[in-house]
Amino acid sequence: MTNETHSARIPTEVQSVLATDCGSTTTKAILIEKKNGEYRLTVRGEAPTTVEAPFEDVTRGVLNAIREVEELAGRQILDGETIITPQEGNRGVDIYLSTSSAGGGLQMMVTGAVKAMSAESAERAALGAGAIVMDVLAANDGRLPHERIQRIRHLRPDMVLLSGGTDGGDKIKVAEMAELIAAADPKARLGTQYKLPVIYAGNKEAQSIVKERIGDRTDLEMVDNLRPTLESENLRPARDAIHHLFMEHVMAHAPGYNKLVTWTPVPVMPTPGAVGLMIETIAKEEDIDVLGVDIGGATTDVFSVFSKIFNRTVSANLGMSYSVSNVLAEAGIDNVMRWVPFQMDPGDLRNRIKNKMIRPTTIPQTLEELQVEQAISREALRLALIQHKSLAVGLKGVQQERTISDTFSQTASGETLVNMETLALVVGSGGVLSHAPRRVQSAIMMIDAFLPEFDTQLAVDSIFMMPQLGVMSTKYPHAANEVFKKDCLIRLGTCIAPVGRAKDGEACVTVTVNHAGGAPDKREVTFGQMLLMTLDAGQQAPVTLEPTKNFDVGAGKGKSRTFEAVGGVVGLIIDARGRRPFELPTDEATRVRKLTEWNKALSVYPGA
Amino acid sequence: MAHAYTPGLRVTGRTTLLKTRRLPLPGEVMVQVGAKVSADTVVARTELPGNVRTVNVANVLGLPAADVPSAMIVKVGEMVTDGQIVAQSKSFFGMFKSEAKANTTGMLESVSEITGQITLREAPIPVEVDAYIEGTVIEVMPREGVVVEASGAFIQGIFGVGGETAGRLKRVVSSPEEGLSDDKLPADCSGLILVGGSQVNRQTIMKAKERGARGIVIGGIDAEELRLLLGYDLGVAITGNETIGITVIVTEGFGRLTMAKKTFDLLGSMDGQVTSINGATQIRAGVQRPEILVPMTTVSADHVEADFAGGLDIGSSIRVIREPYFGHLGIVTELPPELRALETESHARVLKVKFADGKEAVVPRANVEMIEG
Repeated sequence: MTNETHSARIPTEVQSVLATDCGSTTTKAILIEKKNGEYRLTVRGEAPTTVEAPFEDVTRGVLNAIREVEELAGRQILDGETIITPQEGNRGVDIYLSTSSAGGGLQMMVTGAVKAMSAESAERAALGAGAIVMDVLAANDGRLPHERIQRIRHLRPDMVLLSGGTDGGDKIKVAEMAELIAAADPKARLGTQYKLPVIYAGNKEAQSIVKERIGDRTDLEMVDNLRPTLESENLRPARDAIHHLFMEHVMAHAPGYNKLVTWTPVPVMPTPGAVGLMIETIAKEEDIDVLGVDIGGATTDVFSVFSKIFNRTVSANLGMSYSVSNVLAEAGIDNVMRWVPFQMDPGDLRNRIKNKMIRPTTIPQTLEELQVEQAISREALRLALIQHKSLAVGLKGVQQERTISDTFSQTASGETLVNMETLALVVGSGGVLSHAPRRVQSAIMMIDAFLPEFDTQLAVDSIFMMPQLGVMSTKYPHAANEVFKKDCLIRLGTCIAPVGRAKDGEACVTVTVNHAGGAPDKREVTFGQMLLMTLDAGQQAPVTLEPTKNFDVGAGKGKSRTFEAVGGVVGLIIDARGRRPFELPTDEATRVRKLTEWNKALSVYPGA
Repeated sequence: MAHAYTPGLRVTGRTTLLKTRRLPLPGEVMVQVGAKVSADTVVARTELPGNVRTVNVANVLGLPAADVPSAMIVKVGEMVTDGQIVAQSKSFFGMFKSEAKANTTGMLESVSEITGQITLREAPIPVEVDAYIEGTVIEVMPREGVVVEASGAFIQGIFGVGGETAGRLKRVVSSPEEGLSDDKLPADCSGLILVGGSQVNRQTIMKAKERGARGIVIGGIDAEELRLLLGYDLGVAITGNETIGITVIVTEGFGRLTMAKKTFDLLGSMDGQVTSINGATQIRAGVQRPEILVPMTTVSADHVEADFAGGLDIGSSIRVIREPYFGHLGIVTELPPELRALETESHARVLKVKFADGKEAVVPRANVEMIEG
């Protein structure tokens, strides 16, 4: 489908929008309607994603999710298996949009000349576009040429991003990588009938060499260099090309997608690309450092904006269903067990995790099952942040472009940009966070996994709709923003975590919440304690923190500080369990006792 | 929701078995339409392009890359042997010669004047595809492969390790609750696919393999036993390439789990039949579950059962696939349309089920799978 036919069917003004996100496990549909002059989410439906037999067609799950929306909204949207557009009275919707991460998402391989420079920039471009990066090849990656060739042949990516050399710089290393690709003659993952899409985003002067080497074997697209000079990065053209080829090639070959793409006039976006757009928007609008996480069934995405620099990473094998067993394999049984608030046989835990892996669409029915899932999610989130920190690093330079319209200065030089001290907001998304039965469960999962320091606001995507809003924002930014603020982002409150350590029960910090027009709420918190203080959603209040001499709350050890705290549906969580290091009791009985005590203090579970 | 979508595993006594046997690259098809084939009949073969090695001739000879083509003494397309001189440079008055040698045996594929690198391609790698099941070739895809058809039983497992193999089916336990232990193994397991009951451990699997067994079909296995069997913890359910020397198919899941009676009885009724199994599992896009195929050449095509695909209704036979009723079989008695609160405080679509022992329970619809009643 050409862009012309796409745009021809896109209305400029809409009264109703139906949007779906086809995840690897669940397909989510939302209906947004303009009522009384404002755009609001009206209903949401979901159904299992239907990539498995007997259907093997993603549109079945989409239709099931839409039917649920129809039932709940009490209006007709489908005429048989056709979405009625535009809206006529109470029938149909003005536009249908979709994002997708089903079908294993977008799997890419990237290459560059130098591992720490163009290859790393290429990796950031691919990740920023929503891809899973299967491998990064570089002329100096320590592998022998035949090993690289074997690797390319073995991986069968959906697409390759080839970069290398600054404009006017090195051509030889670029040619070397192109020759490796030519020798490997890789086949695309889906369908052997079409040529593998390759994007070249390297030294402009090497374009003809690349074309000569691989032009006839691959479906080659040339875009501007993503690393035009050593000091600058220009990722946007490569990101756009990836989105374009994702539609043209990958989606067209996944089960049922050839049908899905004809249902919507707006290109189907990779889910993480759409979520990234929303995270960038929050950081820009509030001018703060933000960390976003989207924990799915197969993968966990981490997005961050620190010092105005956007980064996204994906941990391809950390997730809560398909990849749940890999969380156990990577974290180890002890790290998962340390979050389980009851005594449990490790063999039983292993079996439960493996059973979830082979039957990924099941849900916890008992409280213990829920607690086990939430224990695993903490480790998935923790490991995903570690991976993110290692890639969200600064360039050795002074200037770079991360979006087409903005040029930001940057002072970091290869250090991680992720700074828990300056982090102002954590936004959680994905089933285990968005659908936790109690919002405080989402808050504590994120606190345990990320260990924020000083004061950090927490929020969740209410019902996991950031992907749909992300794709919607490409055509209707105002409507997407309105729904995002009013219906999507749920403010949980603020976590206050003094940095330092002491003995259990020793004084740690005194917290005073100065409620407007009310008496100050003053509490003394001891080390090893968790405490919940009231500050409702929509409220703000000056909070004074007076730490003891071993603790830092953002003004230096032992120094007091007052800041404006943001409330939420949970409130203020005072986490005096210590930082740097954060340690949990190692013997089982003490661990269970402490976890139970904390859960009770915050009312994390029923009956606690 | 009018129709709940609930994936189920197929357990069918008689159906048409169709197996597409395709080459990874175009090649030669060895059989014709109508040919009777057995599991090990080679139906198609091809050659994969050989592995590639590179030699940076510019570096070896100390030449600019642009001079490499003129230093070559072997032409593109010619064969070379490992150690053979492929390029030479002459130095001052021709007194000293530098030489670059091939690092493998193969064909000189390319010479680059940009990188100074040459590529050598090794001999092609032969690949053969067998019929996998006993049956009849009903379609030939020229240069690609064939479709083999048979009538027989088709059973899907939930998870497996190890690839395609074939052997004679032998049930070695008397009830689906019984575990498969060393003492149940026949002294000679040559060419057998053993059917156990509820559980097997790695020692028994390895002993069966030592005695010649080709495969094991079992209700459950402990995750820890699987880890020890494979030598690593399986992170993602993508299997089939394990090199443990035996294929294991698990029908129910991890832990000690009674094999579904229908599966157990069906497998028992086909004792001694030549059976093809494949443990390959891929729980991702294009999901693949392990399979057991028992072609029965005497069964006529008239007995083919309708394909199983449909929604959940009152009266549907189901199996619960998650705690606290994991493995229980029952009949759906109620499908309330509204969301119901679970013990976790989550709200989910549920169903009421009557188990075989007469007890009733409410379970989330997401935690059941349909079975063919």
